[in-house]
Amino acid sequence: MTHEKNLNDLAPGTEGIILRIRNTSPIKKRLLEMGLIKGETIHKVKLAPLADPAEYIVKGYHVSLRREEARDVLLEP
Amino acid sequence: MEKHKTFTVALCGNPNSGKTTLFNSLTGSHQRVGNYGGVTVETKEGICRYNNYRFRIVDLPGTYSLSAYSIEEIVTRDYLLHEKPDVVINVTDGTNLERNLYLTVQLRELAVPMVIALNMADEMDKRGLQVNLEVLSQDFGAPVVPTVGTRDLGMKELLDKVIEVGTGRWSGHDNPPIRYGDAIETELQKISQMIEDSRNSLPNGQAAGAKPATLIDSPKWLAIKLLENDQNIVQHLQQTHLWDSLSEQVQYSQKYLNSLFGEDPETIIAEQRYGFVRGVCRSVIRLTAEVRANYSDKIDLILTNRLLGLPIFAVMMYLTFWLVFTVGEYPMGWIESGIGHLAARLNEVWPAGQWQTLQSLLTDGVIAGVGGVIVFLPNIMLLFLALAMLEDTGYMARAAFIMDRMMKWVGLHGKSFIPMLTGFGCSVPGILGTRVLDNQRDRLTTMLVLPLMSCGARLTIYMLIIPAFFSGPRAALVMYAIYIIGILVAVLCARLLRSTLFQGETSPFVLELPPYRIPTFKAVVLHMWQRSWAYLQKAGTIILLMSILMWALTSFPKPSADKLASLTSRQTAEYQLQHSFAGRIGRTIEPVLKPMGFDWKIGTALIGAFAAKELFVSQMGIVYSLAEENPDTDQAQDTTEPLRRQLKANYSPLTGFCIMLFCLIATPCMATVAVTRRESGKWSWAMFQFWGLTLIAWILTTLVFQLGSLLRLGTS
Repeated sequence: MTHEKNLNDLAPGTEGIILRIRNTSPIKKRLLEMGLIKGETIHKVKLAPLADPAEYIVKGYHVSLRREEARDVLLEP
Repeated sequence: MEKHKTFTVALCGNPNSGKTTLFNSLTGSHQRVGNYGGVTVETKEGICRYNNYRFRIVDLPGTYSLSAYSIEEIVTRDYLLHEKPDVVINVTDGTNLERNLYLTVQLRELAVPMVIALNMADEMDKRGLQVNLEVLSQDFGAPVVPTVGTRDLGMKELLDKVIEVGTGRWSGHDNPPIRYGDAIETELQKISQMIEDSRNSLPNGQAAGAKPATLIDSPKWLAIKLLENDQNIVQHLQQTHLWDSLSEQVQYSQKYLNSLFGEDPETIIAEQRYGFVRGVCRSVIRLTAEVRANYSDKIDLILTNRLLGLPIFAVMMYLTFWLVFTVGEYPMGWIESGIGHLAARLNEVWPAGQWQTLQSLLTDGVIAGVGGVIVFLPNIMLLFLALAMLEDTGYMARAAFIMDRMMKWVGLHGKSFIPMLTGFGCSVPGILGTRVLDNQRDRLTTMLVLPLMSCGARLTIYMLIIPAFFSGPRAALVMYAIYIIGILVAVLCARLLRSTLFQGETSPFVLELPPYRIPTFKAVVLHMWQRSWAYLQKAGTIILLMSILMWALTSFPKPSADKLASLTSRQTAEYQLQHSFAGRIGRTIEPVLKPMGFDWKIGTALIGAFAAKELFVSQMGIVYSLAEENPDTDQAQDTTEPLRRQLKANYSPLTGFCIMLFCLIATPCMATVAVTRRESGKWSWAMFQFWGLTLIAWILTTLVFQLGSLLRLGTS
């Protein structure tokens, strides 16, 4: 299985474009409703002091996601 | 005439949209306003009058959406569906319109009469954001009013529009609901047609063609929810006769759309809604000035910095403690001397030898009881001041961000940190605050271990005992140790619960980090005042009653005079107390207390501490002031200092420590038990918490006392 690029692959300070949310994500609906939808640019601001979670900017606001949640947000390669 | 008509107005909006601030502006009843997502977990109500109209304003929980994802969303949706407010004010954060309008789209789908409050208009100006109100109003078929909740701006205009919409006089645009594209619309049509048909074919019940009684009966809305796979609606429809044929159609539609788009319908619907919102935003928002570098981001670069974040967090927590304990000591001294003065004055003016039972009731029951509680009010006020500052600045959300990794390790959610922290003030709001957790397992775990966060009421016990036995740096060390022990036991219990009763994944951590804001002086002071007032009321009612009850328990029944004849005055007092109800109960449970180094006097006070933890102090006060009562001396002085002397004379530092340890862990107070029962929905959870914690406390305290005695630690 080839690796699908996801939010965890982003280095802090860089950004990517959302492709889709994995269907296996238990919080798919919540992520969609918070604006993490296809075509949206998402910027990774930084990691928390203990390396998890990470802070992102999407649709102009800041949101914090854990690694295990960010893994399900796939990005355009 | 429409004069004096009452409108029910619901406030609905995203967390951090300033909804609660707006509520305060409208009603003048000032409530808790925080930057942390989901502070308002219960609906609050207030009354507002304007232009001969009366408005019943209901503050609904902050939500991002109207799906049935969290308790807040279910509460909000159910309220809108079943209570049918006359007007809904949709509070939006103008600086974050795109995400805020997603909820607005859903409100429009619900077809509720709506006014949009474009809040934080001042911040929009600062950022150079201009919104074309007319076009925005057209797009959503609702009036739009710019507001600044923190400065009470735009409230009149908002209410004017509420009246217009509520009376049906608003002449604005009546737009058709958004369309989801032909493919989805076709499927929606099929599903809603089925609902319609089966309803019309009903022999009785709903009459054919009757107007839907609630929106749950609106076929189009139901169809959208079914395609979205909304579990709440599915459950609702499963109970009806039309489910069998309907579920087949829904599954077919979902499959068909899935193959068409390569995504499930719920994703496509969300994308369509956001697509609509994006279109609206493009046409209404104009940037008049270049946005300066965001000050909030700059602050965050430091406060949540990878290296500095944790030390700063520790400093924040230290400052909080310093503010509460060190600064709080001064006003405490003033109050103590004031209360002592009051009791002395009362004894001075009391006619000698008359109504002695009443005199005893007032000085020993009322003043000793309530006075001993009010003395610690400064600590509690300062604690809530600190919590209000942390919340209103937005640092609380960062605390969750920083602490999540650690909380996850415990088996809890980063969001658990806030209720846990609130637990240091009082377990009751802390347990209520667990509603921010979406997952039932997380909620219950947090709720059950939360009383281990040493609350403000227990601080009264430590503040009595620590100065009696420990001085200098050791005093601070003991205090710190008690708090740490509470946290450690909580961690162990939480891990234990997560690996036994509540197995499973922790819930998601999707947490908005709102911009840092300078809290308004008014909001912080009011927050502090409200919380402290609530504490005082509790002290004023429950504690006063309990103090009087306990005074009675320690005063009656009186032994017969001939029994006392041969005793000295000190022995008399001792005997009287042993003879009383409290003494008897204390004696009865003494065998259980003995391994912990407690005598029946402590047992008696512990009985009272169940009503409220702080009662332990007044109980000990009453127990000892009665035991040492000597009518010839002026015993109505400051009650705390003499009590400390008594403790020092009667117990070892080890026992002092054991009292604190037991009070920390054991038997959450009456109010905590009641709230746990309400929030968990079951008495069994409340009882589990009560007996579980009491058992752990007994085991630990016994261990400490026995080991301490063996090693001769603090025994002299």
